[in-house]
Amino acid sequence: MADTHSVIGTKNKKGQTFTDTWKMMNEAPRTPSFYTGSEVIKEALRRASCDVMIAYPITPQSEAAALIGELFAEGYIGDYFRGESEFAVMSQCAGAAFGGARVFTTTAGPGTMRAMENFPMWSGARLPIQMIVTCRGINSPLSIQPDTLEIAYLLNTGMLVWHAETAQDFFDWILKGYMVSEEPDVHLPLALCCDGFFVTHTKDVVNLTPADMCLPPYDPYRSPVPCMDMECPPVRMMRDPFIMKSNYISYATHASWQQEVWAAVERSRKHTIKWLNGLIETENTDAEVIIVASGTAVSQGREAIRLLEDEGIRCGLVKIKVLRPWPGEEIREATKNAKHIIVPEFNVTGWLAKEIKATIPNSERVNAGPRVCGGMTMPPEIIVSEIKTLLGMRTMSLAGRGS
Amino acid sequence: MSKERIKISEDLYDIMPSDYQDLVKSATYGKEDRGWKDIGNSKELIEQHSLCAGCPESMAFRYILASLPNPEDTVMVGSTGCTSLVFPMVAVHNIHSLFGNQNAIASGLKRALSVRFPGRTKDVVVLAGDGATVDIGLDMTLQAWFRQEKFTTICFDNELYANTGGQESGLMQKGFVAKMAPVGKLFDKVRLPEIARESGCHYVVQCTVSKPSLIEKVVRNAVMIAREIGPTYLQLYTPCILEIGKNSMEGLQEMRDSEKPTERFAYKEYISEPAKQLLAEVAAKDKEKKAAAKQLASQGA
Repeated sequence: MADTHSVIGTKNKKGQTFTDTWKMMNEAPRTPSFYTGSEVIKEALRRASCDVMIAYPITPQSEAAALIGELFAEGYIGDYFRGESEFAVMSQCAGAAFGGARVFTTTAGPGTMRAMENFPMWSGARLPIQMIVTCRGINSPLSIQPDTLEIAYLLNTGMLVWHAETAQDFFDWILKGYMVSEEPDVHLPLALCCDGFFVTHTKDVVNLTPADMCLPPYDPYRSPVPCMDMECPPVRMMRDPFIMKSNYISYATHASWQQEVWAAVERSRKHTIKWLNGLIETENTDAEVIIVASGTAVSQGREAIRLLEDEGIRCGLVKIKVLRPWPGEEIREATKNAKHIIVPEFNVTGWLAKEIKATIPNSERVNAGPRVCGGMTMPPEIIVSEIKTLLGMRTMSLAGRGS
Repeated sequence: MSKERIKISEDLYDIMPSDYQDLVKSATYGKEDRGWKDIGNSKELIEQHSLCAGCPESMAFRYILASLPNPEDTVMVGSTGCTSLVFPMVAVHNIHSLFGNQNAIASGLKRALSVRFPGRTKDVVVLAGDGATVDIGLDMTLQAWFRQEKFTTICFDNELYANTGGQESGLMQKGFVAKMAPVGKLFDKVRLPEIARESGCHYVVQCTVSKPSLIEKVVRNAVMIAREIGPTYLQLYTPCILEIGKNSMEGLQEMRDSEKPTERFAYKEYISEPAKQLLAEVAAKDKEKKAAAKQLASQGA
């Protein structure tokens, strides 16, 4: 069974000190480093006391997955291998998590879709696996370009879903993510999403925690369900397997367990607020126009706000960091003064705008766009143009629009 | 897990379910020479099952659970199908997650247990039907063998999808008329034992479950070899009496008929060189132990 003494302050085999995560993330000195998003994932994993990482090549996460292989070769990861497909990889991750390991993997686009059957199973089995999703197109014809449509499919799996804007978010959230996921009253998988290429392949200054500090190891005996390692008594789980029963008690069991999974998503709220300092971040919410976005669209929104300021137009910003649990109350509060709510998105269907519309009063205030997809970038000018049109102002015609 | 761990606090003894009390009192955890003969004399590791009366799969389940060399440190992985009706009643940790991903789950599990318990034996045994092993899960079955994952794969071959009502499967015989094979199956029974050998399995056996002593032997061998050397595979004929039109008491005869030398379930075995060496070492040790015991007994007399 788990050691009862604390390991904080002791060293791992690489000489890193197991450090109280709050101190490591909030009090330890930070070193500015110029890294790509993929390299940042590697640096976060170096400090994550990860037991098992399972990899599979798919653009744009391949580099990160391979870099973690280097960490394994250096002795920072317990075990690492390449699986045969994303479906298999996510099942291998499940097997490792059932066996009590802290597990990490990365995927993207079509890989996320191929593996989809696993995700509700992860949540239902209460496996706190962390999966990085470097979003890319899932449409046909084949595309490897950034596009966030796959996030829409993850929202109803029972996983925690966070959407990082920058590499700095990524670094901090990978480490903090385990702290939220592994809470006994949560114990759920986390899909930590970012926009592929924009975050993974661009270099940015990221403030790193000391490389000689690492997270305390995962304790599988804090799980709300037994760890499958034959270290606790194996008892008959149920008299009759519920799968075969068409009766009320069977339905009620399934229903209550699904409700419990979603209640656990809700219970993650308090931990997430503590670690991420809120599910959203806001600026100038007293403005009439507010941009509400997640991921890279937030950065483009910031640029648009700067351009609008030059013209004397004041515009607020809501950065949604966490999609599950959904920050409904926070968004309602932040947008209560807004006459126009602009939701720029990197996908064709506008799933974020739909979520927001379902959350706030007077949802006709929501402008579901501008939207780009298929790998297109989102110049801040199109956000500016959208806002000016809403305000009844003349806008310059944008190239390619033909107007 | 030591047997100590399942002991019940005296204060709580009377409120524990009787099957748990039995497990503590008379299960064969930790007994080195446990085997099929314990059935009936000890608490079985399978409490009860909801399979059809006379189902050969239920016999296979009992023999396998009685024969695992190290149940107190064994984790089993199942898949969707008739086997998943039994696993909730099995007294070793077991995992059901999805249909067909059992060898992927077992790969991750075995590696996690190796990372977490270095220097300790933690056996992993997969037990799934032929649909899970050969059709929907074939990719993951083979890839685990290619990677030389150190666990045992057991396939309950009933030559069809039993739990969903008797549809064609890859291990079905050619020509058999079934649901989804309305004019008879058009291609041969997949030759998974041969494929297993070529894929890197160190111990491959195909047989029926008509003889408990044989199942005891092959299960022990398969688990020991998987623990020390690499992947092992057992393909056991467990006919679905319901779907082939037999009565409850006819399962055993069906297996005996099918294991004759010219039939499709004639005993077939492959053992790699390193596995042969290991088995020889184990046999030598057993012999030594028996001789020592005999000597001790004669001295005592």
